[in-house]
Amino acid sequence: MNILLLILIIPTLTILALLFSKGKEQARLVSAAGMGLQFVAAFYLLFAFLQERAAGNTADMLFTSSYLWFTPLNIRFDLGVDGVSVALILLTAIVSLAGVFISWKMEDLAKEYFVSLIALATGVFGFFVTLDLFTMFLFYELAVIPMYLLIGIWGSGPKEYSAMKLTLMLMGGSAFLLVGLLGLYFNSTGVEGQHTFNLMEIAASGIPVEAQRLFFPLTFVGFGVLGAMFPFHTWSPDGHASAPTAVSMLHAGVLMKLGGYGCYRVAVFLMPQAAGEMAWFFIILTGFSVIYGAFGAIRQTDLKFINAYSSVSHCGLVLFAILMLNKTAMNGAILQMISHGLMTALFFALIGMLYERTHTRIVQEMGGLMKVLPFISACYVIAGLASLGLPGLSGFVAEMSIFFGAFEHADSFHRVWTILAVSAIVVTAVYILRVVGAMLMGPITNPEYAHLPAASWYEKTGALLLLLPIAAIGMAPLWLSEMIRYSLEPVIRQLGM
Amino acid sequence: MEGYSYTIWIVLLPFLVFLLTGVSSLRIRPQLAGWIGTGGILTTLVLSLYTAAQYFLASAPPEGGWPTVTPLDFTWLKFSDTLHVHMGILLDPISVMMLVVISVVSSMVHIYSLGYMKGEHGFARYYAFLSLFSFSMYGLVLATNLFQIYFFWELVGVSSYLLIGFYYDRPSAVAAAKKAFIVTRFADFGFLVGILLLSWHSGTFDFAALTNPDGSGIAEAASATFMGASVLTWALVLIFMGGAGKSAMFPLHIWLPDAMEGPTPVSALIHAATMVVAGVYLVARLFPVYHMSDGPALDIVAWTGAFTALFAAVIAITQEDIKRVLAYSTMSQIGYMMMALGVSGYGAEAGLGFTASMFHLFTHAMFKALLFLGAGAVIHAVHSNIMSDMGGLRRYLPLTHGTFLVACLAIAGIPPFAGFFSKDEILTATMHKNPVLYGVALLVAGLTALYMFRLYFRIFWGEDRRYEHTPHEAPAAMWVPLMLLAVLSTVGGFIPFGHFVTADHLPVGSHLDLTIALTAGGISVAGILAAMALYRKPSAQPDRIAESLGGLYRTVSRKFYIDELYQAVTKKVLFKGIAWPVAWFDRNVVDASMNGIAWLTTRAARAIKGIQSGQVQHYALSFVMGTVALAALFIYWLKR
Amino acid sequence: MIPGVSLLEILTVSTLMFFIGVYGFVTRRNLITILMSLELVLNGAAINFVAFNKYLYPGQPAGQFFTLFLIAVAAAEVALAIAIVINLYRRIKSVEVENVNTLKH
Repeated sequence: MNILLLILIIPTLTILALLFSKGKEQARLVSAAGMGLQFVAAFYLLFAFLQERAAGNTADMLFTSSYLWFTPLNIRFDLGVDGVSVALILLTAIVSLAGVFISWKMEDLAKEYFVSLIALATGVFGFFVTLDLFTMFLFYELAVIPMYLLIGIWGSGPKEYSAMKLTLMLMGGSAFLLVGLLGLYFNSTGVEGQHTFNLMEIAASGIPVEAQRLFFPLTFVGFGVLGAMFPFHTWSPDGHASAPTAVSMLHAGVLMKLGGYGCYRVAVFLMPQAAGEMAWFFIILTGFSVIYGAFGAIRQTDLKFINAYSSVSHCGLVLFAILMLNKTAMNGAILQMISHGLMTALFFALIGMLYERTHTRIVQEMGGLMKVLPFISACYVIAGLASLGLPGLSGFVAEMSIFFGAFEHADSFHRVWTILAVSAIVVTAVYILRVVGAMLMGPITNPEYAHLPAASWYEKTGALLLLLPIAAIGMAPLWLSEMIRYSLEPVIRQLGM
Repeated sequence: MEGYSYTIWIVLLPFLVFLLTGVSSLRIRPQLAGWIGTGGILTTLVLSLYTAAQYFLASAPPEGGWPTVTPLDFTWLKFSDTLHVHMGILLDPISVMMLVVISVVSSMVHIYSLGYMKGEHGFARYYAFLSLFSFSMYGLVLATNLFQIYFFWELVGVSSYLLIGFYYDRPSAVAAAKKAFIVTRFADFGFLVGILLLSWHSGTFDFAALTNPDGSGIAEAASATFMGASVLTWALVLIFMGGAGKSAMFPLHIWLPDAMEGPTPVSALIHAATMVVAGVYLVARLFPVYHMSDGPALDIVAWTGAFTALFAAVIAITQEDIKRVLAYSTMSQIGYMMMALGVSGYGAEAGLGFTASMFHLFTHAMFKALLFLGAGAVIHAVHSNIMSDMGGLRRYLPLTHGTFLVACLAIAGIPPFAGFFSKDEILTATMHKNPVLYGVALLVAGLTALYMFRLYFRIFWGEDRRYEHTPHEAPAAMWVPLMLLAVLSTVGGFIPFGHFVTADHLPVGSHLDLTIALTAGGISVAGILAAMALYRKPSAQPDRIAESLGGLYRTVSRKFYIDELYQAVTKKVLFKGIAWPVAWFDRNVVDASMNGIAWLTTRAARAIKGIQSGQVQHYALSFVMGTVALAALFIYWLKR
Repeated sequence: MIPGVSLLEILTVSTLMFFIGVYGFVTRRNLITILMSLELVLNGAAINFVAFNKYLYPGQPAGQFFTLFLIAVAAAEVALAIAIVINLYRRIKSVEVENVNTLKH
């Protein structure tokens, strides 16, 4: 059996098993087992992929298979992965497993909660393994819908408002996207002359430049909304602030990566000429996002808001790098997606743990937590250092690749925006250290905090699952970066045409 | 060339110790962590000394000068097909010299801390961070390329952050740590842009390629121009900005005095002897490139160094906190080193500045570490940093007193102590280059003697304070390192540095310039005598002088209001001017327009929802009407 | 085929029935009367089926089948509708149609 089908089947079976489970203990055990299995499968996929590559298989996509699904419109269910998708599947597997551990103590409607959570993850997995625009879109929607329920039911604060806002904005984005995808479909020619949704076939035959000019902005903005591109990012602070912990993790950790991945895999890959022509406009938007998000984060007081704005900045950098349209920067973009995914998921997990104990997310109301919660605090500091790009942690590798890639453009427009983007590292340091200083260090402000319970085993497991890859990628990035770099070849070829 | 493969353990060992003690820091017995850390660093000390012996002493320098050895070099990351990041170990005279400096000072600090930090909360964490720092610092000086330096550059920065904030329940320590990190981070922004520029034009990070004497590595950067100066000059100035941040050069110096909030041994190790000279090391490492660029890059280095040396020395005279005096003194001395680099030429006699700078770096590391550790012993005994709480301590702390005096004499440049020789070389180098700089250097020498002996007399002489708890001499773990460093500060000057460390790796004989030696010595002695007259006995004289200077004195003692200036810029411009408006804009413009779309939709819905009355008969009526209309239309169509 | 009666006359009757039914449906306020009007509409349609079958396609019984079917469905529908009306009456003590408007927005 195709190993990629396995990646889809495991979460589906987990959902089915969950429907038959009783009580929250069973529900969480089933989820942990399912996602654990998925975790193993993702690593198996990684090794199978590397082995295949080592054996000299140089195809653009590996493990491909195709199932005809709806003949009249030539809709297929095409599977296939390259290094980029393998890396992102790995990220998704890690974050979802960690998410299950972080939700270990979910009290109300545990079964339904885990079903929605894993449905979300399934959508993301599906998005990364398919090579067919239609199925991709299907999985994309599959990932967005459970989000509404998860925030609306299990959220906190103005949860209905946030859930509605998030879903509507993402749906608005996907409306653009749908138009873009249909535009691609009707301008495509497949192998047998009919229209096709298959990415590789579209890429091989090419899209007329006039059509590209029309549909590139639609597709890019459509995915950009999910990637929190300015000015379509405002769902992110509200959505994250209301979402339950594991949902924020999955959302910022992997769902937002769909945006970046889509921009790269669909917008730029299929419409390279338009990408080249219009990059400047989106470089301004995304470059602005980078600075804007960072400055926006300085002023915030709610931890989740800080993290949401920080995500705007970091995800802006992802899109910024993709628009540099060269290998180094795109490699950095993918690395940044992985790094940011791990790091933000870790942040949200830790914020959840802190909130559970202190019942506040306002930075100024906390203080001196380092002394009482050493594990959580240390993880928070490390996540913060990764976020501000400390060498030895994953963020550094990604950011450096992006900056050096962006610098390969020698004209002053690119130079100026690159240097502006680089300057965000200073601002990032300001808001990260501000939080660390006010919240974790200093004297204990609230006497009740002296007796907060230490992190439990499932919290530690969840945090370490995210922390270790951050350090591993940061210290030995070569294998990952080479796997991704090799897979960027087709995009570069397209751009060179 | 072979036979240096063990050097990898110099870097790896502290890292392993860091992982071990860091992970177990909450469970491990504190004392055990201390011993593991100290054991690790002593092993690297042995290895470093062995490396130095093997490199410098085993053979006479070969024909072509001291060799450049790379026992380790591997690809860490590939940016593009040509631009690769390597990690490795590079041994050449300056890196081997730095190995010795770091391992000696770090070992002394590790041992000293066993006594000084005893019983502190987080003792194991302290040793973990010290190991992290040692690892990063070794990695930095052994770097084979610019990117590796940047990598470890950031890591020493974060170790410094963690150690300054070691007493994290003190708000002042937290603020100082944050300030140190952010200021150096800002400088590193320049550094990074400099690296980006340089590597884009040269296509490499590798020092060997960049410093190629025929200039081929940097030819392209040197020929491209931007705003009237060559790109190479821009890149070098930006890289120097990084160095200036780390080495606390004006105007990026503001973090260093505050960094004294950290434990005193940390100040000795990081903020006096090793990390803060990383900027000097960086310029020295790239010195051939600086030299080959025709632009004003080296002049900027020289003048920044000279100005900082003078500026910091003036402030040091007015400070009351002994650690802050030492911090400003460190800035001043590093300014000296920068100035020496800036006036240096390349090769033979012209390269004296380079040698002098490295020499001063070496001797300064010894006596400044000694000063800080001595200050630590004083603080340990008196439980205060403030000079007015001290006085007459020579009776209670004889060992500390003796070693402190040695260090003061060394820094003041009194023969035969180490500082005399290195300072003399710097003065010689500046005199040949620029009389103004020479004048500044002499003035700073005098000021140095003055403020150091002001410190010395006020701590150990002056009025006996009748202490509540009689101060007592520090434990052996603390005074043994003091003695060792005192010995090194005394004999360090006799090392023929020109034989070992020069810009072009070719040995140069050094000799003392008697005129300069006498001038500088005379000025220093004058400084000491002035300090003695003012501070040996308690008197009102110093206050009277301060009063007569009025506003000038206040300006100096408030450090020329630079901190206030920065405060204003960050608070008013960055926070109030940018961050707040951005946050406001986001909520009230961007988000509001999104909500506005939703609001419009709601309003439109409200406008048409009256049609939906809930009366079935209304629906039926419209249904019937609709059918009739459609039927009519249909019939009309058919007719046509 | 009824002698002396043309299709037009039958259609006139059925149309009158249909529109009387529609008029009653739209104007009556009592749910029972509305239901009765509905029956008129249905029966008007039923007459049409039979008449068309008889006059235009005498050989094919489809129209009559439809009518039988319609009678059966109408019976079921009335039973259901009466049940709803009774339930409604129990709940709001009224069979006036204005009072049943909770389905809006």
